[in-house]
Amino acid sequence: MANPENLQYTKEHEWVLVDGDVATVGITQYAADALGEIVYVDLPKPGSSTSYMKICGEIESTKSVGELYAPMDGEVIESNSALGNAPEAINQDPYGAGWLIKIKYTQLPELLTAAEYGQLTGE
Amino acid sequence: MLTTPLNDEHVSLGATFTDFGGWNMPVRYGSDLDEHHAVRNSAGLFDISHMGELHVVGAEATKFLDSILVSDISKLSIGQAKYTIICAKDGGIIDDLIVYKMDPEDYLIVANASNRHAVLVAMQDMADYGFKVDIFDETEDWALVAIQGPKAKDILGKLVDTDLTELKYYSIAKANLAGVPVLLARTGYTGEDGFEIYIPVLESASIWRKLLATGGKDLLPCGLAARDTLRLEAGMPLYGHELNRTLTPFEANLGRIVAFDKGEFNSKTELLKVSGQKLETKLFGLKGEGKRAARADYEIFLPGGETSIGKITSGVLSPTLGYPIAMAYLKADLDLTPGSKLEADVRGTRVPYEIVKLPFYKAER
Repeated sequence: MANPENLQYTKEHEWVLVDGDVATVGITQYAADALGEIVYVDLPKPGSSTSYMKICGEIESTKSVGELYAPMDGEVIESNSALGNAPEAINQDPYGAGWLIKIKYTQLPELLTAAEYGQLTGE
Repeated sequence: MLTTPLNDEHVSLGATFTDFGGWNMPVRYGSDLDEHHAVRNSAGLFDISHMGELHVVGAEATKFLDSILVSDISKLSIGQAKYTIICAKDGGIIDDLIVYKMDPEDYLIVANASNRHAVLVAMQDMADYGFKVDIFDETEDWALVAIQGPKAKDILGKLVDTDLTELKYYSIAKANLAGVPVLLARTGYTGEDGFEIYIPVLESASIWRKLLATGGKDLLPCGLAARDTLRLEAGMPLYGHELNRTLTPFEANLGRIVAFDKGEFNSKTELLKVSGQKLETKLFGLKGEGKRAARADYEIFLPGGETSIGKITSGVLSPTLGYPIAMAYLKADLDLTPGSKLEADVRGTRVPYEIVKLPFYKAER
């Protein structure tokens, strides 16, 4: 499972796509596979603020609960409401239809490249 | 870590693995929800070779088992299976077991992987009182495969030389499966009709493949994740969750399987005492709302209550029912009955739950 080169990553297995002052955030294929089949997501509501590496949501599989860490300071402008009825999109298409939230960020932290993240997950 | 004789099969099917009771076991092959639904709607194939098989033989085998198990083993007929419990002298549950009577002086006992040695030690200690009995740990001599689901009988029927209609629920018989002598039991841990097949190790991989080939799209290989959600929906206890060494069968709603009228047995004195007094905690079934499932170890409260009344032992969003289900040990003196409202603390948020009757799910037979 290749991690897309155009994305940046966090140590908490999230991916970040920066476009202007908005970052789209999801979890990596590695994280989705490790969680198992995702059956429920609890995402922060638009308008709520995020703080770097603070928990801002939960992702539940049949077997376990994973926490979503905000990869940056900012404000949530959109969360992926389609996941309410189809959380399995996170397993099936983590870098596309399985995106989680969009953050209008105030500051971008240092993020990992695809190659650096690949080293972290032992690829 | 121990591996089952079917390990290579799981690897080639792309399974994800986990350590379970010291065994490297498949958790899932693809989607554990697909595997779960396959068992409810069609059929699933499980490798459960990690289960312990203990063989008890000898002139006093029946008398011996009656001295250490809570059920009346003398009432079993040949080919009959019984779900039972082995307790320590203090009444605490060492393990839950299935006992198969193979011959008048010959029993096959199936124990949980993690308890196999504890069961063996307890039995050996009892045997040392002078019973004419021999106990053999045959766990690694057998592969054990479960085929479960409404289509299990038809799929298996194509490969065996016996009429499966004759093999009643909770019974066992010798059979030939694709020419290999096996033991076929109509038992399972999913709440569906199905069979557990004891296969000699050397033949097990070829039989596993033949079953999958015969089942085709109607039969999915299933991992422990699906096994756990299936057994929970069926209200079946899992040792280490609903059962443990500090509980007696009475807290676990299994008092009915304790046969006090059969004569002496190791835990009789203590269990009689427990059965005659009020229990402190008892196992209940709980049902939630929405999609957010309370998990094992989460605390349960009366609505608005500040003091925990107990803890969940297993909890999941039920794949079949679509709402959260859980089993929990709760205080026994609160008059909790089906419909009683409760709250679970789900990582800091109170979510509504209510008591329901077990099992959560029952197959139409």
